[in-house]
Amino acid sequence: MITKDRILELLDYVKDPEIPVINVLELGVVRGVEVEESGKAIITITPTYTGCPAMDAMAADIKKELLAAGVPEVEVKMTLAPAWTTDWITDTGKRKLKEYGIAPPEKTADIRALKGEAPVVLCPHCGSKDTVMLSPFGSTACKALWKCNQCLEPFDQFKCL
Amino acid sequence: MAMSNPLFQYTLRLGDDLLILSHRLSEWCGHGPILEEDIALTNRSLDHLGEARNLLTYAGQVEGKGRTEDDLAYRRMERQFTNVKLVEQPNGDYAHTMARSFLFDAYHLPLMQALLKSKDEQLAAIAGKSVKEATYHLRASSEWMVRFGDGTAESHQRAQAALDDLWTFTGELFESDDVLAQMTQAGIAPDMAAVKAAWSKTVDEVLAEATLKRPADGFMATGGRKGMHTEHMGYILAEMQHVTRAYPGAEW
Repeated sequence: MITKDRILELLDYVKDPEIPVINVLELGVVRGVEVEESGKAIITITPTYTGCPAMDAMAADIKKELLAAGVPEVEVKMTLAPAWTTDWITDTGKRKLKEYGIAPPEKTADIRALKGEAPVVLCPHCGSKDTVMLSPFGSTACKALWKCNQCLEPFDQFKCL
Repeated sequence: MAMSNPLFQYTLRLGDDLLILSHRLSEWCGHGPILEEDIALTNRSLDHLGEARNLLTYAGQVEGKGRTEDDLAYRRMERQFTNVKLVEQPNGDYAHTMARSFLFDAYHLPLMQALLKSKDEQLAAIAGKSVKEATYHLRASSEWMVRFGDGTAESHQRAQAALDDLWTFTGELFESDDVLAQMTQAGIAPDMAAVKAAWSKTVDEVLAEATLKRPADGFMATGGRKGMHTEHMGYILAEMQHVTRAYPGAEW
C-alpha cells in the first residue's frame, strides 16, 4: 500500500500549470493528505485566488499523477477556510519564482505593510529596488505588473494575499 | 414560495450580482483602452466569476434540489435572476464602466468584511476569500475615479455624467425585504445600515478627492431582487446562455 510519505513525494511532481517551475506543495495549496484502509487517497487543496482557472487543472493533475503511480482511488477535495495566503508559499517556492522571473510575494506581516507603506519589490532580473507598479492586475489572477526603472524590464509580481 | 428558503435566496442574490457584473466586464476583453487596462478588466471579471461560482455552487447545495452552478447560471430565465439593476447596466465609456465598478466595490468590500462574521460558516469562508480581492478592486476603481474626476475637463465631465446616470441604481444595494430581514435576524446577513454607512463614507472621500459631486438621492430604481430587470438584462442572458441553450448538455 502506498504511504502518505510516498504520496507527498509524488505531489512534488505536480506543477502549477501556469507557473510550471513550482509544485503544489511549494505553492502551499495542499492542506491535507489522507490514506484510507482501502488505499484510497484523499487530497485536500485550497484555491489560491477565487477565480483561478488553474485549480481545476491542478486537481486533475493530482489525480493523474497518483493514479499513474498505482494509487487505486483518488479523491481531491476543495476547502475554502482558512483562506490561502501567500505566506504559505515555501522558501524554496519563492526562490524558484524569482529564478523564473516572477518577484515573489512579501510576507503579509511585513513591518512596512503594518505601517501602511508600499512594499519594496526587488526586480527579479537585476535586483534593483527602484521598481514601480504599472497595474495591480497582471497576466494571471495571482500577479501584478511591475517595471524596473534600472534595467527597464517589465516583470510579474506574485500578489501578496 | 418566496420565503421557502431564505438562505438559498440570499446566497443566490450575492452570486447573481457577481455573475452579471463579471459578464459585463468580460465584454471589454480585447477592447480595453490600453493593454494594461484590458488585462485589469478581465482579471477583475475573473475574480467576480470565481466568487459567483462559489456562491452559486453553495446556493445549489442549500436549495437541495441537485442544481449545480451551471444550472443556476445557464438554465434560469430572466425573471429568476435576482441581481441588482446596477450590475446589468451597459458598459458605456470607460468612466461609466469604472463608476459602476466603484459604486459596487465600495458596497462589496464592507459587505464581505461583515460577512466574515456570518453565522453561516460557508458564507463566512467565501467572504474570507473574496475580501482580499475586493480590497484591491476598490483601490483600483477609486484610483480611476480620482484620475478621471481630477483629470481633464472632458474626463471630469464624463465621470460626473456616469455617476449622475448610475446613482439611481444605488438605492437597491441596501434595500431590505423579508429575505434579508430573516437572514439578518439569524445572524447570517450583516446589518446593512452599517454596510451603507461604510459605502457612503468611501463614496464621499473618493468623490471629494476626485473633485466630483455626489449626486442627490432622488428616484431609486428597484425590482432586481424580485426578478424585474431593465431591458439590458435579456441581451446579457441571450449572449451568456447561448451555447447552453443551443446545445443542451454539451460538454468539452
